[in-house]
Amino acid sequence: MDLENQNRVKTLTEKHGAENMLILLGAAEAESAGLAAETVTNGDPTFAGPLAGVQLGLKVYHAVEPEFKDAVNPDVYDEQIGMMEMVLDVDGIVEEMNNIRSEFCKY
Amino acid sequence: MSLLDGKKVIIIGDRDGIPAPAMVECLKDTGAEVVFSSTECFV
Repeated sequence: MDLENQNRVKTLTEKHGAENMLILLGAAEAESAGLAAETVTNGDPTFAGPLAGVQLGLKVYHAVEPEFKDAVNPDVYDEQIGMMEMVLDVDGIVEEMNNIRSEFCKY
Repeated sequence: MSLLDGKKVIIIGDRDGIPAPAMVECLKDTGAEVVFSSTECFV
């Protein structure tokens, strides 16, 4: 996750409270989704950005995960995300996100 | 209770995956408020 976005996550979490936050990712690959999810839960794994060593433990989901899909209007979802859902490695992304959440998510 | 009820949402989209505006559209008319959205490019 780029440094500017890490800074935004940190500042907005301080403003709104970590328990009220939800991070939603659209990463194309399971690996990049996992890295972003790890950054907002366990801290920046590259130790380069504002979230290095900061364990926010935020709730984080990817847009192709069933938890998100089931929470929004199905017509809008199909129109906006349906095409990419067919292209992306949904199973790989779901597995990666579940791993990160079970290990680092506090909410 | 829905995953989204009362949540402040930060959207980190991906130009080669799901761009942020697509997720913003999905969150309209839900109980969530988008507080920041951005589309990253990993290339």
